Amino acid sequence: MWYWNAPKLVFGDGAVDYLEQIKGTKAFIVTDEVMEKLGFVEIVSKKLSKSKIEVKVFNEVEPDPSVQTVKKGGEICSEYKPDIIIGLGGGSAMDSAKAIDFIYEQPDMKLEDLSPFVSFKLHQKCKLIQIPTTSGTGAEVTWAVVLTDVKERRKLLLASREIIADVAIIDPIFPAKMPPSLTASTGIDALTHAIEGYVSIWRNIYSDAMCIKATQLVFENLEKAVKNGSDMVARENMHNAATIAGLGFGNSQAGIAHSMGHSVGAVFHKPHGFCVGVALPYIMEYEILAADEPKKMFAELGRQALAIEEKDDLKASKILVKKVRELLKATGAPLSYREMEISSEDFEKNFDLVVANADMDSCTSTTRPMPSKEDFQKLFKAAFDGKALTL
Amino acid sequence: MVKFGSEEWGKQFCQKLNESEAYNKAAETWEGDFVFVMEFEDGTKEVRLYVDLWHGKCRGTAIVGSDKEAEFIMSGSYSNWVKVAKKELDPIQGLMTGKFKLEGDMAKIMRATKAAVELVNCVTEVENVEF
Ligand SMILES: [Zn+2]
Repeated sequence: MWYWNAPKLVFGDGAVDYLEQIKGTKAFIVTDEVMEKLGFVEIVSKKLSKSKIEVKVFNEVEPDPSVQTVKKGGEICSEYKPDIIIGLGGGSAMDSAKAIDFIYEQPDMKLEDLSPFVSFKLHQKCKLIQIPTTSGTGAEVTWAVVLTDVKERRKLLLASREIIADVAIIDPIFPAKMPPSLTASTGIDALTHAIEGYVSIWRNIYSDAMCIKATQLVFENLEKAVKNGSDMVARENMHNAATIAGLGFGNSQAGIAHSMGHSVGAVFHKPHGFCVGVALPYIMEYEILAADEPKKMFAELGRQALAIEEKDDLKASKILVKKVRELLKATGAPLSYREMEISSEDFEKNFDLVVANADMDSCTSTTRPMPSKEDFQKLFKAAFDGKALTL
Repeated sequence: MVKFGSEEWGKQFCQKLNESEAYNKAAETWEGDFVFVMEFEDGTKEVRLYVDLWHGKCRGTAIVGSDKEAEFIMSGSYSNWVKVAKKELDPIQGLMTGKFKLEGDMAKIMRATKAAVELVNCVTEVENVEF
C-alpha cells in the first residue's frame, strides 16, 4: 500500500491567469525581496485583485530559510487570517509557505511536529497555492519542508502529505529571466530528483514514469536553457521537467546525493542544486559498485530516458554516469565541492559535522545499500577533490 | 521455536541488537525507550513489548502492562508486525500509510531513521520464529 499525491496543476503559458478565477477574500503571499524587484509579486497581486482578493505580502524569506523566519511569517499570517496562502519563488519561498501554513492552521503544535507519521487537519482555514519561479526544486508539488537550523548548522527536514499544495501554477513566464547559473543549479537539482527518485527504495510504478520523463526532458533542454535563456521552448520544458521530477521523487524519495547536499548546504551556504549535483555522479558510482540492484536501475533509466542501447547493465549504468558528468560540465555546473569555492581548510575543519549530518539525513535511510559513515567519508573526499570512484 | 512477540522473542531481539555492529553505530547517540504494541485483530487483547535502547545497545526488554510509560509508543496490528518481521512491510512506510501509529517526539525520530532501519533489520534476524 502506498499513496501518490499531487496538487491540481495549472500549467503552460498564461497559467498564472488562474488566479483571476479563484474564490477567496484574503491572500498571504510568502516570498522574497528578489521576487518583488522582478515584478512577480505585482503580477500575482494584480491577478488576485481581479478576483477581489485582498493581499498581504511577507517578503522576508532568505535563501536556506531559517526556522526563525518561518515562525515570524507564521505569526504575521496568524494575525492576518488569510483564506489563501501563496508561495511565490524558489524552493525556499514555497517550503516557507508550507511551514507558515502549518503554523497558522495548527497553532497548538510545534513546527518540529510536522511529521509524516501524524495526521493533522490541514487546509481547513486556507488553501495553499504554490507558484515556482525557478525550474528545479519541485517544492510546488512535494510535501517536504527543508529549513535550516542556524544554531545547529544543519537542515531540518519536516514532512507531511497534508502540507502538499492544493494548486501549483507552472507558468514559464516566471523562470524566463533566470540567469544562466541559477538556471543550471536549479535544473541540476531537478535532474538529481529524477535520478534519485528512480532508485529510491520507495519507488513505484507512478514515480518511475515521472522520473523517466523528467530525466529525458532535463537532458534535452537544460543545456539549451542555460546557454540561450530566451529559448522559451527549452524554458517551458525545464519548468515542467522540474515539476514532473517533483511528482516523481516526492512520491518515492530523494537519496544520498541529497543527504550530502543538505549537509554541505547547511554548513557552507551554497546553492542547493550544485550541492546535490556535485554529489550525484559519485553516489551513482558508489551505488553501482556496492550492489546489483542500483546498477540495473541506472541502466534501465538510461535506456528508457536517454535511449542508451547498451545491453550490459554495468556498461549502461557507466554511460549514464558519464552523461551526467557531461551535462554538469556543459551547463557550467561544478564537478567538485572544491570548485564551489570551499577551501580545503574549511572543508577539513567541518568534515566530521558534514559526514555526521549526511549520515543522519532521512534520505540516507531510503537508499540501498545504505551507506555507513565510512562510506560517506569516502564519498565526501571524492566529491571534494573531484576524483571519480573507480568503476 | 520462539513465539513472535513473546518474552523470549524480546530477549533474542535484544541480543540481535547488541550483536549488530550496524545498529550499534547507527544508534550510537540514541537515548530513548520504546513500547511496541501488537494489537490482535479482534481488539480484545494486545501484547506490549518494552525495549530499552541506549547508545546503540539494548539494555533489556520485557512484556509490560498498559501503565508502563516510554518515550515512544509504536502500535499496529499483530498481522502487520508479522509482515515487518517477514520483511514484507517497511515499517516506516507502514507509519506513513497509517498501518502503524507512533507517539513521541517526532523531530527526534526523524533524526534517527537510519537507526530505525537497522533496528528493523534486527527484528527480521530473530531465527526460528513461530508466528
Ligand atoms: Zn533537491
